[in-house]
Amino acid sequence: MKKDIILAGVGGQGILTIATVIGTAALMEGLQLKQAEVHGMSQRGGDVQSHLRLSSKPIASDLIPEGKADLVISVEPMESLRYVNMMNKETGWLITSMNPFINMSNYPSLEELLAEIWNLPRNVTIDAEKVAKELGSVKAANIVVLGAASPYLEIKFENLEKAIESIFAEKGNDVIQLNLKALRAGRELADKRG
Amino acid sequence: MQKLLLLGDEAIAQGAIDAGLSGVYAYPGTPSTEITEYIQASKEAKERNIRSNWSANEKTAMESAIGMSYAGKKALVCMKHVGLNVAADAFVNAAITGANGGLVVLSADDPSMHSSQNEQDSRFYGKFAMIPVLEPSNQQEAYDMTRYAFALSEKFGTPVLIRVTTRLAHSRAGVQRVEVLGQNDLHLPSNLKQFVLLPSIARKQYNQLLGKQARFEDDALTSGYNQLIEKDNHKLGIIACGLAYNYLIENFEDHQVPYPVLKVGQYPVPHDLVRKLYDQVEEILVLEDGYPLFEELLKGYLNNGKKIMGRLDGSIPMAGELNPNIVAHALGIPVNVGHQNPAVIQGRPPSLCDGCSHTDSFLALNEALSKFSSGRVFSDIGCYTLSALKPLESINSCVDMGASITMAIGAADAGLVPAVASIGDSTFTHSGMTGLLDAVNNNSPIVVTILDNSTTGMTGGQQSSALGKIDTICLGLGVHPDHIRVITPLRRNHEENVKVITEELNYQGVSVIIARRECIQTLGRRMKLKAMQKMESNN
Repeated sequence: MKKDIILAGVGGQGILTIATVIGTAALMEGLQLKQAEVHGMSQRGGDVQSHLRLSSKPIASDLIPEGKADLVISVEPMESLRYVNMMNKETGWLITSMNPFINMSNYPSLEELLAEIWNLPRNVTIDAEKVAKELGSVKAANIVVLGAASPYLEIKFENLEKAIESIFAEKGNDVIQLNLKALRAGRELADKRG
Repeated sequence: MQKLLLLGDEAIAQGAIDAGLSGVYAYPGTPSTEITEYIQASKEAKERNIRSNWSANEKTAMESAIGMSYAGKKALVCMKHVGLNVAADAFVNAAITGANGGLVVLSADDPSMHSSQNEQDSRFYGKFAMIPVLEPSNQQEAYDMTRYAFALSEKFGTPVLIRVTTRLAHSRAGVQRVEVLGQNDLHLPSNLKQFVLLPSIARKQYNQLLGKQARFEDDALTSGYNQLIEKDNHKLGIIACGLAYNYLIENFEDHQVPYPVLKVGQYPVPHDLVRKLYDQVEEILVLEDGYPLFEELLKGYLNNGKKIMGRLDGSIPMAGELNPNIVAHALGIPVNVGHQNPAVIQGRPPSLCDGCSHTDSFLALNEALSKFSSGRVFSDIGCYTLSALKPLESINSCVDMGASITMAIGAADAGLVPAVASIGDSTFTHSGMTGLLDAVNNNSPIVVTILDNSTTGMTGGQQSSALGKIDTICLGLGVHPDHIRVITPLRRNHEENVKVITEELNYQGVSVIIARRECIQTLGRRMKLKAMQKMESNN
């Protein structure tokens, strides 16, 4: 098993939480992993990405080679497109939220962005903020996206659930339940699509 | 023990704790900050009474660590690469004094300048000071090498430098711990003049350091951190330093490289190993993150030997960090191509947070300065450096920690009056205080705005050494009390703040304007914590 995943978004949108959930679940399955994060200056409202590599065999590079990512998981549509050069052209999937994060004056039109995304051979787009809002908090939008990406991860869904329970343990049961619901709702969206 | 999932930085921190560390000294700086933060948050470190408060700057950190080493205990000092410039005086001379308790210096380089103003290579400092340098290639080695560095330091009585880069510092992988060693007892050097670098003593000490060089190289041969991996295809030999080794093997099926590879993790690199590789191959490719330090050594000035490829001959770009694709290109291996990035994507540079106090400070400063010609604001290192970008476009310099005040002095001396300095609270106590003393002694017509958000913001909100002390520091340095003005940078105070700044711009001497309002990130975290504590006490 080998999964090379690019996680994309804007600083503060919670992509490292997605990485931690997948990483924790991967460890439960005895997989090896490397995860390159972005800290520091770029976190101030700039574009951020994380390279998450999972494998049953030893992993060499902390960075995914260009053109070899199996998945791009993004919480922002323009940010998802920033890394399509990293995707495997023949097999790679792009899973992204359709909700733009606009903190710049020259943000392109959403129609144009979605047209580019839908133009890719394998893509999933979801309105993660709407789903998260209905569940009680827009903050869980990142976990909705994770749910939508879960069919492509080759990681048992129950292990993702267990990972959420352990990661959010300190934040109390309400937060755990919210994120579990968000994960399941995202998964349902992906399943309906398929 | 179960494997821990650790950042490279955290692996170094855990490695130091497990090696019997007594104290860590550091000033925050990306990508090194998480080492000290990990020790500060570690329960084990607390139980073992490991000291871990932030220092005012890298030089004070380095000197405190030398003091702890003098007293016989193990000390770690951490900084980003440019911090080593600040600590350089103490660092280079620590090589001459030598170490008593284990003394390990960690410098985190930032090739590609993700969060820095240059991409200098700390290995040069190790070579300059003539001390052993360790360069881990993964998180496990980061853990193991930290432990080894302390042993090496005590074995040879020398400081040891560990060099990492951003990619390893901020990447996570599983790390296996080993048994925990005890801390050293207080014990002074047997020669109580060892640390007295009077010329007559320093000459002796320097000769001792020179005498150790051969043993440093012998150790690098036997430690296991430099390995010659023999292979049959002798068309090419590869020297891969630190992380570069991973990018190399990434390009081959099952990580099997067909050529002989010298994997380098400890400097000075043993001549025996290099000669053995050199003699059996036709050409050599050198892969190293940072500057072409080893490539240049191997090539020599006249390049009379075999063909050496690397950054210097263009096989690899001179600037920027390595990655698997760059290495593939250098090896002539075809690379995968992904989809083309659509033209519709726009850049999204970092920006000041919504509600940041710096925005209000610079809006007021911009207006007060609108009556003068542009190009008068000398700034410094911190979040506020982002005010160089649109929409504020307020500042005209950012060179090194503390340079705002001193550059304003020089510009005012040249006739640029008024000249303005803008500097953060933590940067002010790091390296701004001495510059302000110069300004006072010079009676320079400058306005120093100290942007006091009461934290070290850019690196994530660490405790600022300046907290609650700025006003009295300025008074103590001799700034006239009438010209130490405190403003609250809020939109509703805009007119009043412009008026205060304008008054001080018209004053022909040193003014300090302290713009004080807490960082909204740390404020947010504090409020959240308070609300949680309140909820808990109500339950």
